[in-house]
Amino acid sequence: MGRSDAGWNGNSSLKQEVIVMAVGKKNISAPPYVEGHELELEDFENKTITYVEDYPDIRYQFTAGQAISRFLRGLKEGKILATKCSKCRRVMVPPRTFCELCFKPADEWVEVKDTGTVETFSISYIDPDAKPLDEPEIVAVISIDGASPKMGILHKLGEVEPDRVYIGMKVKAVWKPESEREGMITDIKYWKPLEVE
Amino acid sequence: MARVAVVGVGYSGFNASSPDLSWKEITYEAAVRAYEDAGINPRRDVDAVVTCAEDFWEGFAIFDEFVPDQLGGVLKPTFTVTADFLFGVANGVMLIKSGLAEIAVVEAHSKASDILTFGNVVRFAYDPIWLRPVGNGHPFYLAALEKSYYSNLRGYCDYTFAEVVAKNKKNGRLNPDAPYSADITADDVLSSEPSFYPLRKLEIAERADGAIVFVLARGDIAKELNPEPVWIDGVGWWSETSNYDTMSFTALYARKSAEMAYEMAGIDNPARQIDLAEVDDRFAYKEVQHIEALKLAKAGEVDDLLESGYFDRSGEIPVNVSGGSLSVGNLLEATGAQKALEVVLQLRGEAGRRQVDAEVGVAQVWRYLPTATGAVTVFSR
Ligand SMILES: [Zn+2]
Repeated sequence: MGRSDAGWNGNSSLKQEVIVMAVGKKNISAPPYVEGHELELEDFENKTITYVEDYPDIRYQFTAGQAISRFLRGLKEGKILATKCSKCRRVMVPPRTFCELCFKPADEWVEVKDTGTVETFSISYIDPDAKPLDEPEIVAVISIDGASPKMGILHKLGEVEPDRVYIGMKVKAVWKPESEREGMITDIKYWKPLEVE
Repeated sequence: MARVAVVGVGYSGFNASSPDLSWKEITYEAAVRAYEDAGINPRRDVDAVVTCAEDFWEGFAIFDEFVPDQLGGVLKPTFTVTADFLFGVANGVMLIKSGLAEIAVVEAHSKASDILTFGNVVRFAYDPIWLRPVGNGHPFYLAALEKSYYSNLRGYCDYTFAEVVAKNKKNGRLNPDAPYSADITADDVLSSEPSFYPLRKLEIAERADGAIVFVLARGDIAKELNPEPVWIDGVGWWSETSNYDTMSFTALYARKSAEMAYEMAGIDNPARQIDLAEVDDRFAYKEVQHIEALKLAKAGEVDDLLESGYFDRSGEIPVNVSGGSLSVGNLLEATGAQKALEVVLQLRGEAGRRQVDAEVGVAQVWRYLPTATGAVTVFSR
């Protein structure tokens, strides 16, 4: 786009000459059809500057696979399932059919607890479109009791004021009623502070 | 400069769908087999991992973040090439020849069955301003336009393309991993529905799932692992333009990438020096274009040669003895991988019932609609 203050040589007696525009820091020659002037509202209104809107209509059906299918079926039953590596003995949540560190199959299944520890958290005030959320949402990475250290899931926290959350806080899963569970990670509604009696 | 060899191959598939396994799990299967084949421990021995993937096929943005785990590449140099497997092989060769890696792994997979709106993904590759808004037709119309132009230019009749389909689907009957193989004749093809005139349904490769992993190694290391590895003698890749009006419609991308690979491989008479070719046949006419582009036949002479059996599994230059994509299925960015895999298995003498005698083989791929881009790899034993 031509900018009148930046390189357009502006000398009317040289109309036949090639217009010079500023692009980056260099003055480069532009073809004569480039009209150098500042962008104005009417350039958009008159569609001198044009654009075409389009959006993808693309859908997928992601195969969950062996490990995650069993994990999701477990959630439906109110259980968190993990796999164990026979070499490094890690108990892995979410479960996988292989240990990515040892590159060995991991086919031993164990149930872990639905309690854990907040490893890190964030309080979101806006949605992906940058619009304000009605209620701030607290997202946390939770290491799960019974899994290897630092293994766990990313989920939401609830029943807690944002300013009461801290790293190291013990939390417990709040499940949807059994009849409403559908084998999704959202079968856990959120995690709430585990009250210490 | 160092030579590069294929020291391990592994694959999982090929199936019309794979509802029981995730893409990570099929890739892991292929990787385990490739490392077993190469006799290496990936956690210790692999220097770099290259995956070939396209975000819209995968359904993930920035797919490269998902690459390491299932390939044993955690905490290693990895990157993704947004193109077919044969482009990944070229990158693997560069990694090794440049001295950055001694052993490099190249992977591609297809979980095409996860895509519910395949036609819309292809359409989304079309220019948003002057192609996408035109009409409601399935985007394969672009292939039909090319076929129409090309067959008219060369004077090929539809029977030629129907013969390609019959040959490849029959070849696939000897391949246990070719879900779309069939015992059909050219006449059966000619009587199938024209979905996009003049393109018939049977001339179009159906989609398939699968994963393929190659382990590449520098020559001296390759010989330690296997006294008789399969060598990569040449790689080439080339693009025409994204404008359909200035594309050649004669697969110039394949001609130029073949010339690049042939020069590197020291091949000056391909029709004499190449024993076996696996070429992109995701639309039947593409095989004919690619045979010409690879200089396995002169322009306009493929029809007579096909009819005489020249490209049959018992012919002078067998083309797509694996059954091609018409039998195996369209493996998206793993299409070139299936072709390279077949060449490697044939050169090793491990192709089972479909074994032919070959010392030099070429694998060729096109980057599918709507591109005029492709790659070629020359292998020898
Ligand atoms: Zn492990």
